[in-house]
Amino acid sequence: MDTILNYIKIAIDMEPFRLLVYLVGMIMFIAANAAYLVLLERKVAGHIQLRIGPKENGPFGILQPVADGLKLMSKQLLVPDGVDPILFRIAPVIVMVPAVMSFVVIPFSDTIVARNMDIGLLVVFAFATINFLGLLLGAWGSRNKYAVISSARVVSQNIAYEIPMLVTIVTMVMVSGSLNLHAIVSQQLNGFWSWNLFNFKASPLMPIAFLILFVCMLAETNRAPFDIVEAESELVAGPFTEYSSMGFGLFFMAEYANIVIGACLATILFLGGWSCPFGILPGVHWFLLKMYLLIFTVIWVRWTFPRTTFYGLLNLSWKVLIPISFINLILTSAMLKVF
Amino acid sequence: MIDYCKEIFKGLKSLLIGMGITIKYCFKPVVTVQYPHESLKMPERYRGHIELVPNEENGEAKCIACGLCQKACPSGCITVDGEKPEGAKTKVMTSFVLDYTKCSLCSLCVEACTFSAIRHTRRYNLASTSKEAYIIDLKKRLEERKK
Repeated sequence: MDTILNYIKIAIDMEPFRLLVYLVGMIMFIAANAAYLVLLERKVAGHIQLRIGPKENGPFGILQPVADGLKLMSKQLLVPDGVDPILFRIAPVIVMVPAVMSFVVIPFSDTIVARNMDIGLLVVFAFATINFLGLLLGAWGSRNKYAVISSARVVSQNIAYEIPMLVTIVTMVMVSGSLNLHAIVSQQLNGFWSWNLFNFKASPLMPIAFLILFVCMLAETNRAPFDIVEAESELVAGPFTEYSSMGFGLFFMAEYANIVIGACLATILFLGGWSCPFGILPGVHWFLLKMYLLIFTVIWVRWTFPRTTFYGLLNLSWKVLIPISFINLILTSAMLKVF
Repeated sequence: MIDYCKEIFKGLKSLLIGMGITIKYCFKPVVTVQYPHESLKMPERYRGHIELVPNEENGEAKCIACGLCQKACPSGCITVDGEKPEGAKTKVMTSFVLDYTKCSLCSLCVEACTFSAIRHTRRYNLASTSKEAYIIDLKKRLEERKK
């Protein structure tokens, strides 16, 4: 057994093989997540509304994502007259690729990480911002009035929510003294109270910082109640109005991939990554458990609250989240200096 | 400043209450009927199309083909026919056809019948692709039911 493990280890140490495994694994992980989070979303939505949700395809509807995917793929990939031919075609790719790239630096456990970069956190946020550029370009290239309105909303929402998010991230970086995601988790391995969420020594406002990050994550991924970008009742489908078939499918997958990234980041920064709260068997399962709990909360929030108005959304960011995140930043830096 | 903080906390509290309600609903039993697999039983006074009432003795129709229902029907859906066999006291109904395409379920025929020989069914899944499916031979239905 040991010799086999050794051989596997040697094989995994081989760089091209390792890269291939991670590439395929990650794309599969993202695709599976995108497909089955849609099912989870519909199931949770159903039960919150006292109905069942998809149930006809396979037991408990577990084949529903397959049916959805086949349906999307069998549709015509329509490029309407008058759209910008280049922007319209590459926008879904621009949205999807950064979402996949961000997974490169995310440590799922002590050993499972594609590339343990020292600037991991920066990489994730650099790529996360490109997502919005893709939405903007796709919407602008669609030559559709609803898409153009939504592109304006994408930009203003992005500006409004990037600030509190990044300020919170800066606070976290000051607390942990590293941009390396692996190092950030390594500081939180000593049980429940060593998680950054309860790091009251660094700042008494840590749970609030977590809340700010969570709210910003909802807004960054255009999730309800902040989904004014694709508010169906006023903007048809927002930036995706003119998209059909897998062009639309890519946007959709990217949205769920971004939710997964957001949940991963919140887990790493605040909930101790792969560490176990009771010190039993730390590992990738704990990471996934925390991540999916957060994702469940995202879905739960979506089916609880109605969509905010555009002004409500901007007011929340500029009047509440940004001041509080700055207070947290100043307080944390002061506490770090004093203690 | 105090008002500002108060508002934030009030808002946060109400959000949490809302989430509490939805999570409670999430684990409640579902209330929907899974329609093609199961369907609701209609209540006693539901008005489906009419049918003939059998008498208790031999299961034959109570109807004596008096034609009151046919006269009472404002849309002319009902066509009753009967004959008087040799030596019999009453007429015997030979055909009772309901044209359900015209029927508005007004129940006037049921009220007009002095023998309580017709009543409403509780059938409601009556989709069909042809018009002929709604011209219902009630006598035949009664005989089929008898078996």
